[in-house]
Amino acid sequence: MGEIDLLSGNEALGESAIRAGCLFFYGYPITPQGELFEYMARRLPEVGGTFLQSESEIAAISMVYGTAAAGKRVMTASSGPGISLMQEGISHLAAAQLPCLIVNVMRAGPGLGRVRPSQADYLQATRGGGHGDYRAIVLAPASAQEMADLAFEAFKLADKYRNPVMILCDGMLGQMMEPVALADPIDPNQLPPKPWAVTGAKGRERNLALAAPYTDEELIALNLELKSKYESIEVQEARWESHSLDDAELVVVAFGTSARISEDAVLKARKEGLKVGLIRPITLWPFPKQAFNTPQEKIRAYLVVEMNAGQMLEDVLLAKRGDIPAYHFGLGGGWVPSTEDVYRKLVEVYKRKGGL
Amino acid sequence: MSDAATPYCPGCTHGIAHRLVGEAIDELGILEKVIGIVSAGCSVRSWRLYRFDMVLTAHGRSPAVATGIKRALPDSFVFAYQGDGDSAAIGLAELMHAALRCEEITVFTINNAVYGATGGQAAPTTLIGQKTTSYPSGRDPSYAGYPINMAEVIASVSKNSYVARVALNSVGNILKAKNAVIRAFKTQEKRLGFSFVEMLSACPVGWQMTPLDSLKWIEEKMIQQYPLGEFKVPKGLEP
Repeated sequence: MGEIDLLSGNEALGESAIRAGCLFFYGYPITPQGELFEYMARRLPEVGGTFLQSESEIAAISMVYGTAAAGKRVMTASSGPGISLMQEGISHLAAAQLPCLIVNVMRAGPGLGRVRPSQADYLQATRGGGHGDYRAIVLAPASAQEMADLAFEAFKLADKYRNPVMILCDGMLGQMMEPVALADPIDPNQLPPKPWAVTGAKGRERNLALAAPYTDEELIALNLELKSKYESIEVQEARWESHSLDDAELVVVAFGTSARISEDAVLKARKEGLKVGLIRPITLWPFPKQAFNTPQEKIRAYLVVEMNAGQMLEDVLLAKRGDIPAYHFGLGGGWVPSTEDVYRKLVEVYKRKGGL
Repeated sequence: MSDAATPYCPGCTHGIAHRLVGEAIDELGILEKVIGIVSAGCSVRSWRLYRFDMVLTAHGRSPAVATGIKRALPDSFVFAYQGDGDSAAIGLAELMHAALRCEEITVFTINNAVYGATGGQAAPTTLIGQKTTSYPSGRDPSYAGYPINMAEVIASVSKNSYVARVALNSVGNILKAKNAVIRAFKTQEKRLGFSFVEMLSACPVGWQMTPLDSLKWIEEKMIQQYPLGEFKVPKGLEP
């Protein structure tokens, strides 16, 4: 740590992943993850790593599966339609309990959609996304610095829980240039050993990386094991940031790009004397329910701001105290609110709830 | 091999293929360096039959998974064991591109002209006129297209590769099959490129035939459509 570079979010994420000891990247071209993909294509050969352009996102996530099974830190990146194709692989990674990083630089859907920033893959990401009962850990950066920090963190979490981790961001965070302090590189050979990896059964019992057990009973046992792992992740790994909750009457809840925009709106409102606060979930799964456990006597409403038609809203409705209303401000399809838009909405809700 | 029983139906020749792979690994003395991959289909449970590291992955994706393993562990021996639905239908892209990249992996594919595990439906390899549960009146090429000759296709696209087709229906053919399995692993050992062995295999239950008639059907019908032999031998692999 020490040097400060001016980096785009995509570069910060890619460089940080390499510094975290990830020397393998498999991917298929799609906008708006192109800068990350090309950064890895340029940079990995310089550090003796492997970059391979696959024939599809299905193949990319399958290559990730292989390298993860072999015990190496590995990642892929894509966007909406490509992430949908990867769901098969993510479900299998979760079943075989293989660690990896998947970056979704979200674009506006549904369908092919267009490439403008969006947060409409929230539910896909946080509910597992593929078939079967599983979860991926989902991290939502809100700055270039956090793109770097969370990439580093993602590999630690993936290895700790032997589980796929997803970073959910968008083209705005990917392209935004900001000063970034990068962590010192880790030597991949110095990482903690993975005694479960398939590396050839030399001097040990053989290892297996199976996306399906042999019997019905073993599958039930696997599901119980996964359930208990997910419960422990929910207790231990929820992360969030909050501002000015002490006296807040209206609390804005937002993640990623919309949190960045909402933060400015909240600061502006504070200057105007409005008692507003902000909760910014950093882990989307596990959703930081704990952030809503603070004394809530003064809170009259939540305002969920997201670039979709109301997805994180569902988690806020589950986490908040029952009698406090939660409103939604947002739209999918590439709509990005301005600070002014959020501010106006915030004032409108605040006044409606009897503030000022 | 382990002492686990094969999970196959009577008269199925998957078990012979597994044994050939196991014997080749023992004879080459590479057990400690082998990583095998299985995926959906009849052979999905075959990881129990061996004593080396194994991976079970999604239907059709094993050549891509093998790529991920081999790129991470270049000194290992990586093989994928696929059925013909796995390799020739749902996983054709993964197989074709692994072959195009000349990945230093080995793919064994069982061609039994049907989907065995799901109940005898048509495969890309189903012969013209062959009756299956999904085309009960037989494969009509004007409606359901033509069979795919995998070995010829792979040999035509994979620049550096060993490509062979063998049959598991007679002692003579099985001995030739064993030789092909060994040559495939040797191609990998010498880093000469991609290796692919297609094995014509009996599925008496899927074909609604006796085991003996099935072996005869391979000889009389399948080999006619799918000729045996080596279709490509990389430079540097002795004859």
